[in-house]
Amino acid sequence: MTWLGLYNYWIVVVLMMAGFYIVIAQGNLVKKIIGLNIFQTSAFIFFISLAWREDGTAPIVLPGVTAYANPLPHVLILTAIVVGVALTAMGLALVVRIHEAYGSIEEDDIHQQDEER
Amino acid sequence: MTEHLPALQVVIALTAAPLVMLLNRLPRLAWGVTLAACWATLAIALLLLLQVSDGGEIRYEMGGWAPPWGIEYRVDGANAWVLLIIGLVSAVVMPFARRSVEQEIPADRLGLFYSAFLLANAGLLGIAITNDAFNIFVFFEISALASYALIAMGRDRRAVLSSYQYLIMGTIGTTFLLIGIGFLYIMTGTLNLSDLATRLEGVTDTRTIRAAFGFIAVGISLKLALFPLHLWLPNAYSYAPSMVTVFLSATATKVAIYVLLRFVYTVFGFEFSFVELSMAWVLMPLALLGIVIPSLVAVFQDDVKRLLAYSSVAQVGYMILGISLASALGLMASTVHLFNHAITKAALFMAVGCLVYRLGGVSLSRVAGAAERMPWTMAAFVVAGLSLIGVPLTAGFVTKWHLLQAALMDGFWPVAALLLATSLIAAIYIWKVVEAAYFRAPPDDAREVREAPLSLLVPTWTLTAMTIIFGVWAQLPISAARNAAEALLGAPQPW
Repeated sequence: MTWLGLYNYWIVVVLMMAGFYIVIAQGNLVKKIIGLNIFQTSAFIFFISLAWREDGTAPIVLPGVTAYANPLPHVLILTAIVVGVALTAMGLALVVRIHEAYGSIEEDDIHQQDEER
Repeated sequence: MTEHLPALQVVIALTAAPLVMLLNRLPRLAWGVTLAACWATLAIALLLLLQVSDGGEIRYEMGGWAPPWGIEYRVDGANAWVLLIIGLVSAVVMPFARRSVEQEIPADRLGLFYSAFLLANAGLLGIAITNDAFNIFVFFEISALASYALIAMGRDRRAVLSSYQYLIMGTIGTTFLLIGIGFLYIMTGTLNLSDLATRLEGVTDTRTIRAAFGFIAVGISLKLALFPLHLWLPNAYSYAPSMVTVFLSATATKVAIYVLLRFVYTVFGFEFSFVELSMAWVLMPLALLGIVIPSLVAVFQDDVKRLLAYSSVAQVGYMILGISLASALGLMASTVHLFNHAITKAALFMAVGCLVYRLGGVSLSRVAGAAERMPWTMAAFVVAGLSLIGVPLTAGFVTKWHLLQAALMDGFWPVAALLLATSLIAAIYIWKVVEAAYFRAPPDDAREVREAPLSLLVPTWTLTAMTIIFGVWAQLPISAARNAAEALLGAPQPW
């Protein structure tokens, strides 16, 4: 069962596809944002997983330890998480404005309203 | 002082943004600071372009940390050219912005608006100048987040919806880019683009690197609105405030094209992208479809802004077509078109901005008869429109000429024929607007309008005049574009 060895990456693939599917298939604007979050999170787990190293410990200097996990991807993902939070906030703020303007957050409903005008 | 120019290129706009936000209650001062920042940006971009015009490069270690550990800024002929485009458009659009923005944005949000504009500007400059793959992702998101806010400030309620759609598609694009960068990092352990290029040489024949290439190419294609990933663009450009449309249409997609070029040529290398993965055979059909279909769609649009937005998708197709020819001449045609299309489309959208300022909207029925009362605005539209079509003595012709030559050199006769045919389609949709404005009577309920104020006309005509100047004296953009192409190919070319 060696193909299950790196099971982190299978989780990444499943999360990525699930998130992507939600973004495409859902008509509800808030659910789309949630899907986008899951999609982005899969990329974060992907980065953190690739920092792993066999028998490596946390990247803190300790006597007698020579193998460390790579800290750089962790730091990159801290930045990416901040970007993700900003995007979620921006997206939700837009949804609030859309709700004020259309009285709905269902995509079909909104497009119908625009066509009727 | 001059050794810090690469850092200042980004930092000036980035630090001016929070300052302008604090000046929200003093909109005139906020505008003045933004204007000063944009002009300083243009001045620095010009200085950088002059420094690298002999084919050299400038390397700047951010905070004194040596690459590949620290973030490095690197300027060569290619990105100095892109920096100049961004600097020029932002410097010309700011004088235009004052009255146009005052009319379209509520008075209590002007400072916030300019602040978001500066952030978008800084983000685009950062993408162009940095030599660090992860830094590109971060700057992409900075400019994208600010652009979403800018687009959502449009007066129509559909502006918010189109901003939301742009956010969804843009985020998928940048996340793809992030995943691709992760794959590159696994294989090489570096994020510095120059360092990546050297370390990739031994490992390109692996599935990981091919996957990285796929993710990065698709992610950036979303950002540059390559057909059929362009769906966010027409809505976003149609409903955004006039000034935002001018700025984004001239810069955002160009910067994304530059990033594609940088990854394809500098990081992965010509051999891997075009020979091993036959990228041209994917790009060329998409580019051709992207030229023909959006051009045809543009013909049937009723709203002038929307018509020009679809034409932007087609123009991106021309740039991608030049890349897909996989020759030095094709690449040079694309890089010169980055500039020529930026000034042409910015001039057109500015003329439309003048029309919006006086008429309130730009559906064809409202534009009817406008030429009589706004002769200077419509004259600018006609001249810039000729450049868009590619009539001789305009900037657009310079591009089409080189693109035709590049296509014929490789024996792509049908492509060359298609180029001429699509120029005719462009003539049709520009003519539709001209016909309405010059030969139709104004609607009965038309407002009494005068010519647009000088503060709108002068920037419009500055860019319009440039489309003629760089069409007649084309040597300047051509030599800069050749320099850019040589920087990307990494070797001098026998032009």
